[in-house]
Amino acid sequence: MLSPADTRDLPPPQRPKARVRSPFCRAAGLGLAAAARLLAGASARWIASQPDTCQRVYFANHTSHLDALVIWASLPQSVREVTRPVAAKDYWTSGLVRRWLAEEVFDAILIDRTDIKVHQSPVDLMLREAGNSCSLIVFPEGGRSVSGEIGEFKSGLYYLAKKRPDLELIPVHIDNLNRVLPRGEFLPVPLLSCISFGPPLWLERGEAKLDFLARARRAVMALKE
Amino acid sequence: MTDNRTIALVAGVLVLLTAATAVGQFLKRHPDRGLDPAAVRTFNSRLRGWWILCTVLAAAFWLGTTATVVLFGLVSFWALREFITLTPTRKGDHRALFWVFFAFTPLHYVLVGLDRYDVFSVFLPVYATLFVLARVAFAGDYKRFLERTAKIQAGLVVCVYCLSFAPALLALPLPGAGKGGGNFRLLFFLILLVQFADCMQYVWSRMLGQRLVAPSVSSNRTWEGLLGSATSTSLLAAALWWAAPPFQLWQATLAGFVVAVMGFAGGMTMSAIKRDRGVKDYGTLVVGHGGVLDRIDSMCFAAPVFYHITLLVTGIRP
Repeated sequence: MLSPADTRDLPPPQRPKARVRSPFCRAAGLGLAAAARLLAGASARWIASQPDTCQRVYFANHTSHLDALVIWASLPQSVREVTRPVAAKDYWTSGLVRRWLAEEVFDAILIDRTDIKVHQSPVDLMLREAGNSCSLIVFPEGGRSVSGEIGEFKSGLYYLAKKRPDLELIPVHIDNLNRVLPRGEFLPVPLLSCISFGPPLWLERGEAKLDFLARARRAVMALKE
Repeated sequence: MTDNRTIALVAGVLVLLTAATAVGQFLKRHPDRGLDPAAVRTFNSRLRGWWILCTVLAAAFWLGTTATVVLFGLVSFWALREFITLTPTRKGDHRALFWVFFAFTPLHYVLVGLDRYDVFSVFLPVYATLFVLARVAFAGDYKRFLERTAKIQAGLVVCVYCLSFAPALLALPLPGAGKGGGNFRLLFFLILLVQFADCMQYVWSRMLGQRLVAPSVSSNRTWEGLLGSATSTSLLAAALWWAAPPFQLWQATLAGFVVAVMGFAGGMTMSAIKRDRGVKDYGTLVVGHGGVLDRIDSMCFAAPVFYHITLLVTGIRP
């Protein structure tokens, strides 16, 4: 793990390579988003917040493999086009279908959880891939919670906020998806779930890491009502 | 399907709905009539619901028996979804639920569509029950076992089994009625009575309601509402007895009475479940929509009883 205090300025962000997706992949994306919304019965609520194509980081509690897909699917299509989920490489590259979905359909940024290099921290990788136009979907707990409680946030979100203070951080709360597809199951049960998007927050000047992470976690929990 | 009685029924409903819509719009434009604006809003949104219901039903009836069975199957599926969503389940129930949603529910409606009364009348209450019990046991989680399996079972029976008796009416061999048309009229007769009973219950409870049936369960269902609804629905059924093919006058009246009482019981039951779960309606998870289950609770309770009364009083064998 690279030294977390490393706050050197990044090289100026480059525009991400223009992803020219084939019409087939675009159609697959539309179909997949519709299917995910239907299957997970997902209703999206925007609480003191509006969908926008400006550059954002959506951070959410993590309960199921479907989380990234359903958040992505709950965004309006124009926002979806510029939003890339950050996902675990080991899960999303096993199997041809998953790999194709991750690479071609929702254009995920895959993070290798087992091989973190010093000069290649996940946060740097995310920011480089996001460039200055893409939004990200991240799960700061780092893994799916077993109990259903929201775990402590890892520090990645803090470094994201610190390196790119211009990004809006949008808390997202996912309700009931863990019952649609719990940990360790591969067949979904079509219950109704709810995705709540909250108002943006930013890193305050001089805010300590732990304070910020706790505040971000409270923002997600507040959406639970 | 274009016989005189169908035309009369359709025309009657259209005239009623149009008149009610005109009254609703008039009341909305003239808020100074001393009527509660909230009641007017409820009335208007109810009316919108009925227009949608009638349009969807008309389309399904026009497409035929299979389309109608599929429509009811989808409604059941969605209602079961709402039911299980608001019922706490444990991870050990997951596999059982998967089969309940994707095998038992569709298969039951296939049996209804194939007109296999002998099989579908026992398929869910017996075989699905046995399966759910065993599957949850195999999953190895014994915590509150009976409670959990009973919840799944209740959801299946109310949302799927009971509701499916409505489209099952389409397969009854009605004496004297031409193929098809008479059955659709019978189903529409049931739906009309259920909706009317719901509405009358509300009206009588508001006008004369004094004694609540169970204040802790529902704060607006009264004995006066039940009585008034049963009386007015019996009268409507008697007035429309010509539209429901197998019935004589007294049989139609009895059907109206039973539908009103069962519809009331259905509403009470769902209220109790909702109170227990601390929600106002099943639609709270889907913003901007009332829940499907809120709309069909009376229907779920009335349909099987109506079906069996039809068999009983007319001597038809399915």
